[in-house]
Amino acid sequence: MEKTLTIRDLRISFQASGGTVRAVRGVDLDLYQGETLAIVGESGSGKSVTVKAIMGIVSSNQIVEGGTILYRCREKDEWTERDLLRLSRREMRRHINGTHIAMVFQDPMTSLDPTMTIGMQLMEGMIQHLHLSRALARRRAIELLELVGIPEAEKRMRNYPHQLSGGMRQRVVIAIALSCSPDILICDEPTTALDVTIQAKILELIQEIQRKTGISVIYITHDLGVVAKVADYVAVMYAGRIAEKGTVEDIFYDPRHPYTWGLLSSMPDISDESSERLYTIPGSPPSMVDLPAGDPFAPRNAYALEADFKAEPPMFQISQTHFAASWLLDERAPKVAMPDSLRRRIESMRGGERTDG
Amino acid sequence: MFKYVLKRVLISVVTVLIILAVLFTMLHSMPGSPFNDEKITAVQRANLEAKYGLDKPLPVQFVNYLKAMLSGDFGVSYVIQKNMPIASLLRARIMVSIRIGVQAVALGTLIGLLMGIVAAMKRNSFLDTFATVVSVIGVAFPSYVFAMAMSYFIGFRLGWLPLLYSTADAARSTVMPTISLSMFSMATVARFARTEMVEVMGSDYMLLADSKGISSFRLLGVHGLRNALIPIVTVLAPLTVELMTGSLVVEQIFAIPGIGSLLVSAIQFNDYNVVLAVVFVYSIMFISVMLIVDILYGVIDPRIRLAKEDAST
Ligand SMILES: Nc1ncnc2c1ncn2[C@@H]1O[C@H](COP(=O)(O)OP(=O)(O)OP(=O)(O)O)[C@@H](O)[C@H]1O
Ligand code: SF4
Ligand SMILES: [Mg+2]
Repeated sequence: MEKTLTIRDLRISFQASGGTVRAVRGVDLDLYQGETLAIVGESGSGKSVTVKAIMGIVSSNQIVEGGTILYRCREKDEWTERDLLRLSRREMRRHINGTHIAMVFQDPMTSLDPTMTIGMQLMEGMIQHLHLSRALARRRAIELLELVGIPEAEKRMRNYPHQLSGGMRQRVVIAIALSCSPDILICDEPTTALDVTIQAKILELIQEIQRKTGISVIYITHDLGVVAKVADYVAVMYAGRIAEKGTVEDIFYDPRHPYTWGLLSSMPDISDESSERLYTIPGSPPSMVDLPAGDPFAPRNAYALEADFKAEPPMFQISQTHFAASWLLDERAPKVAMPDSLRRRIESMRGGERTDG
Repeated sequence: MFKYVLKRVLISVVTVLIILAVLFTMLHSMPGSPFNDEKITAVQRANLEAKYGLDKPLPVQFVNYLKAMLSGDFGVSYVIQKNMPIASLLRARIMVSIRIGVQAVALGTLIGLLMGIVAAMKRNSFLDTFATVVSVIGVAFPSYVFAMAMSYFIGFRLGWLPLLYSTADAARSTVMPTISLSMFSMATVARFARTEMVEVMGSDYMLLADSKGISSFRLLGVHGLRNALIPIVTVLAPLTVELMTGSLVVEQIFAIPGIGSLLVSAIQFNDYNVVLAVVFVYSIMFISVMLIVDILYGVIDPRIRLAKEDAST
């Protein structure tokens, strides 16, 4: 399996009026060709900042403090590797954005230019990057609209965004993202703003496109149900760091980090007949300006040890694919198991799967 | 688009008719009759009234009035230049005023846009502060202050430009009036453009457009500017009003033979026929600007164009 993206020790902060917001604090992530990496975590944990850094989209008060984002791709039959953080905005525009890495944003109601036709918004990237003639770009645009399931594609080309529903607009945004055949598609909560029924359809569309094109996907979501459906790998983010990462099986069947336990416990489960009250993680995420010493999750963590309030835990490796940053994994730590209710739930999930398959 | 424009034009025509109705009413409520000379006998007066159609019923008189006004026959001046047809009085003057007005709007809008965009792109830089200061000054002082300051320093002390308007040197004569009249538009447009550009640049659609990797020229010029222009176009109509009132004084200062100065003297000399004619011309100008603004609006913003088109079908 070829690795296409390698993020190492990414650190990003913002200069804000209240002080320095340390939004991303040493993130390591890997993305393999044709696979889906899901990033989950509470609001403000740094998911969007991380993926925007991959796109080279920075705000004026942003400081990239360090790290590398290595991007590997085949170019003219040769593998090349580049550190995206070293490229200028102009180089990113010319060589990466749209053509190699494309992005779908959260709110389709606001992410299309209201003054430009759908067709033109689709064509402009292709005209710029692939140097297609207008006629050719138009033909390809219609094909793309058909690919993402927009009926009467030819007629829709002349429409403006306000003439389309939210679900249709998100399909258009996906078509735009795919227009220059990128290797990586980043979806930042692409369905959060949509109706539940449309959410499922958009999700299916992304999966179908992945099957057809073999594109690699980074999928940001709050919804663990979606993660279970689409992801190959999962990264759980908390306060600008990766709390735990691994394959879907690792995360759902063998979670090691108390924050992951909390997330899984708070996941509504329709197959769960027990009428247990839905769990919510107590407290709220810390301020990213004045982070407490130690693990920023410690104040909300029922299992917190004394060490947790003193130093942040390093990343412990559990298996080839599975990592977690919790002092509980230190050999000196007392043995603490996940909460019983969660264990029962996981067992029933596994049991269900065994009988299914 | 055609339907949208047609509708706008119709609205303008109706507005013109309403204005003419108001002017007609004003004309009729003026005290006395044009023939209230004591030497005129009742028979003579009746004859005169018959000659000028004043014996006809009001609706007929109104239609005649409409015909006359729309064909440019505004009657004659009584005081300023006795028995001079107002139409020829206006014809000589209107182009100067329009020229200065158009120059001022064009200059003010262009420089204002430029300043606003630069300020938005280089936020909190020296250029941004400079633009803010210029905007505050431009809005705070009425145009005649700039006119007088310029005519003193540039016209009188430095002698670079003619102090008073001269037909022989028309182009150079319009420079100072144009600049002083454009200050307000420039300041207003600059302020609007900055706010709008900042907002547009932070919008989701700019983020998406940026993530496509299109050139920064296209990003700014096509996606950014077009969206920022929508609210800016709105202020063009009030700016025109400001410009017309400003021109009354500025034309006096530079002795410009325009319709602004004509209106001022007509009011001073109580030449109400001329006053009404100039007011009519101003109304037509304003309605034309409104029409242009409306059409621009439709051209720039498809939501407006299509919504109004749908509503009219
Ligand atoms: N331009 C900015 N200036 C200052 N702080 C910022 C800026 N952009 C992001 N942040 C801060 O960085 C942190 C991470 O933000 P980010 O948008 O990555 O969160 P997220 O994980 O995507 O959350 P959500 O699920 O709500 O989208 C937040 O605390 C946010 O307030
Ligand atoms: S390091 Fe400590 S506080 Fe952090 S998750 Fe592990 S147990 Fe909890
Ligand atoms: Mg986000």
